[in-house]
Amino acid sequence: MTYMTRSVEELHELLVKGEVSPKELLDEALQKSHEVQEKYNAFVTVVDGAEPGEAGEHVLSAIPYGAEDVYSTKGVLTTGGSKALYDYVPFFNAAAIDRLAEAGAVLAGKTTMDEFGVGDTGTTGHNGKVRNPWDPERMCGGSSAGSACAVTAGVYPFALGTDTGDSVRKPAAYCGIVGYKPTYGMISRNGVFAGVSSMDHCGVLARSVADAAIVADTMKGPDIDDMTTWDTADIHLRDALDGDLAGKKLCYVKELADPEYYPAADETLKAHLANFMEKVEMLRAKGIRVDEVSVDKALLEAVPSVYAVIGCAEATSNLMAITGLIFGPRGEGRNWVEQFKDHRTKGLGSLVKRKIIAGSYVLKDENQERYFRSAQRGRRMIVDAWKELFKAYDAVLQPAGTGPAKLLSNTEETPGTEMLEHAGLIADFGGFPSITIPDGFVEGLPVGMTITGNIYDDETLLNIAYGIEGMMDYKGQIAGEGK
Amino acid sequence: MIMKYKAVIGLEMHCELKSDSKVFSRSRNGYSKLANSNVCPFDLGFPGAMPSLNKRSVKEAVMMSMVLNCKLPEYMLFDRKHYFYPDLPSGIQLTQNTLPVGVDGAIEIECEGKRKTVYIHDIHLEDDAAAMDHFEDTSVIDFNRSAAPLLELVTQPCLYSAEEAVAFLEHMRSAYKYCGTSEADTAKGQIRCDVNVSIMDEDATEFGTRVEIKNVNSFSNVYDAIKYEVRRQSELKAAGRYDEVVQETRRYDEVSGTTQRMRSKEDAVDYKYFPEPNIPRYRLTPEWVESIRREIPRLALERKDMYTGTYGLSDYDASILVREKEISDYFEKCINLGVDPKEACNWITVNIIAYMNKNELTIDEIFLRPEHLAFITENVKKGTISSKQAKDVFFKVLEEKKEPSAFINKENAQISDAGELEGIIDGILAANPGEVEKYRAGKDKLFEFFVGQVMRQTRGKANPVVTKDLLHKKLDQ
Repeated sequence: MTYMTRSVEELHELLVKGEVSPKELLDEALQKSHEVQEKYNAFVTVVDGAEPGEAGEHVLSAIPYGAEDVYSTKGVLTTGGSKALYDYVPFFNAAAIDRLAEAGAVLAGKTTMDEFGVGDTGTTGHNGKVRNPWDPERMCGGSSAGSACAVTAGVYPFALGTDTGDSVRKPAAYCGIVGYKPTYGMISRNGVFAGVSSMDHCGVLARSVADAAIVADTMKGPDIDDMTTWDTADIHLRDALDGDLAGKKLCYVKELADPEYYPAADETLKAHLANFMEKVEMLRAKGIRVDEVSVDKALLEAVPSVYAVIGCAEATSNLMAITGLIFGPRGEGRNWVEQFKDHRTKGLGSLVKRKIIAGSYVLKDENQERYFRSAQRGRRMIVDAWKELFKAYDAVLQPAGTGPAKLLSNTEETPGTEMLEHAGLIADFGGFPSITIPDGFVEGLPVGMTITGNIYDDETLLNIAYGIEGMMDYKGQIAGEGK
Repeated sequence: MIMKYKAVIGLEMHCELKSDSKVFSRSRNGYSKLANSNVCPFDLGFPGAMPSLNKRSVKEAVMMSMVLNCKLPEYMLFDRKHYFYPDLPSGIQLTQNTLPVGVDGAIEIECEGKRKTVYIHDIHLEDDAAAMDHFEDTSVIDFNRSAAPLLELVTQPCLYSAEEAVAFLEHMRSAYKYCGTSEADTAKGQIRCDVNVSIMDEDATEFGTRVEIKNVNSFSNVYDAIKYEVRRQSELKAAGRYDEVVQETRRYDEVSGTTQRMRSKEDAVDYKYFPEPNIPRYRLTPEWVESIRREIPRLALERKDMYTGTYGLSDYDASILVREKEISDYFEKCINLGVDPKEACNWITVNIIAYMNKNELTIDEIFLRPEHLAFITENVKKGTISSKQAKDVFFKVLEEKKEPSAFINKENAQISDAGELEGIIDGILAANPGEVEKYRAGKDKLFEFFVGQVMRQTRGKANPVVTKDLLHKKLDQ
């Protein structure tokens, strides 16, 4: 009997009825973790000594879960995917981990990620690349690669990730599951390693919209230690799910869906776009209004560079703390300058170093206006364009990325498709709530649809996603097993 | 012979603010002998720790901005300033580069009896770095100070002597203490200064080359550093070697009394400032700002003007009274209770301060309250006690920690009234004609007999001086 392929609510019912014990759940999760680790390298740490917990009233009680290795976990190794912190064991929990612990959820694993969350391939972490359970020659995407891998492989019903540059939602799309990033500040980031502070979001990877809603419900709310959090007392994500889309106004952006903007598209991309439009037609056939809208192409094309500049700048700043002075292995040298240098030289990976060089460059006093501040202006213009859409629409639909998971042997982007590949970043720019759900298969591999709503309106967004999910047949799917 | 040049000085004054917790974290803000006992993940730069702004620090910053008559921003905004150094574990200092809590201020100070306006470039709130101690082959770091609130004010280059610079610093130290925003204790490292010094010809219109002297930690060092640096630059300029004065950062060496080069302008660090994304704009509502303004007390100089003007005290006495706010408050309380200002001043500057110093007490710790002093002086005015008795009562109150009424009442108050004592003495002389005869015949020792009689009859309350005076008058006539 396997349990970990089921939804949170199903498991809770089984626990309440006494048909399964917390220990059985945890044992299965740990056993599967080791299998998945063997095959796909999804974990930095499998928490073998975890306590099974007790089945209580909370729907998450005794449910095992995993967290990206960027969430501080008290007494459990937390490396941020970096060699620089390969032995770092925090003495405090991230606020989100505390909230889940209070609900009784059981931390069973810390998942592999791109180093400090700055990559988007799931291949740059210190413990190697994560393979996609749907096709081990392919990536899971990043940075939350291991979390997406574990959830689609049926290790547990949900795992935590972080979304800075589409980095919960893209891996979800690649793994055929749900990736949800709530409005900026809905979940405290305190204790989560900072990547790009103005775009970092805690997020959830799950196999259904309902499960994602439950987990976010549990983690959300103001935190004295994170000044960007806000009062969420009136938000009840799970309770708001009724799947009723009557009267909802949806749209998609022509420039992000129409093949005419992608003359260099290969068959895969064409199929991905066709699949997306099929789903749009499906919605229209159900009487739901889905308009085609247009956004200035120049703005969309600017998204990757805006992200590169701001992302590198903030990451450079946040990584100043990686010196080996107080935590992490102390570098060798006769003085602190040599020790810091040695620690960073040996500890940081090449991608991170490249980003630090770029970040330092754009932040230099004489370069700030040309790069950093113009990127901020660009960010504002892009966000304003989306805010304009939310005046008329409840949500914007778009194809998730340019198709299914890419091959590990070829991580290059197809030229001419950058605008679509990185469109998921717009939600990170604006702090908009955004969710990616599986919407079909291309060449036998799962693909996704990203739905983005206006800030603070997570209830509406999730309900739309829930409604659309219900019209399709991809909920709860496990890699290799189908549904 | 060194030519005389005009010195131009600008100051950066860092002052640690008072608060329960630190400006960006929840650990305790306070001096502790036990190193690294007041720390939390943020203070140590642990991954994922986030800043949480302390409202009290903002309030204190706003208050000092208003004291300096600066322009306040609409909201508080913080910037990240980046550099690597072991005293800054996150590599990020949060400061206010873009929008300081105050800009374009001006404040009047007094220097050697003259008034002077000092112009303020800006004042900004930031967090402190850890404290380091260096030994021969090792250094130690105490993070208790890490993330503690620090207010940095920057003057315009508008000070022209070491005396003016120190007068300004003294003025500001007093202002911080009066406002209760800082202990402002240099001995505890709560005030640290950077000094910018340049020289120019008396009639020149352009400033000379500016040299910065970093981390000067006492006012006397500020004085000495400026004196030294002005002399150094002047000597070079007089010798035609002014090109050797370069824009650079120097440090003051206390032992040799000289300044020494730390780094040149070319080595200046690019701090890569940008707004801290984790602290949303913190709006300063007009209502809150006004309520803070109402809490600003009258400061020393304003009080001193009132004491010399309205109360006619000497400049010297007024300066003593305003040196500490608690003493000044005590003085003003006495006046409000009806004590004559000059009399209150005398009591405080002569007796109370001496007593405080001798016993190492603050004015709030001594038993004698303004109400007590008012009671005593009231009794002198009514003639219940003499000024000499008042002094006795005063010290008895201090020493025995009892209300002055315990020493001034009908039962034990001394009889100093000459008329009353004269009546008693006349009675005694009339009742002892024999002794009067013998005394007048030369038996001087009998004088003590008459004093004893007066004392017996008044149960010891007769003022002995007055009594003796009267007896001599009556017996020796």
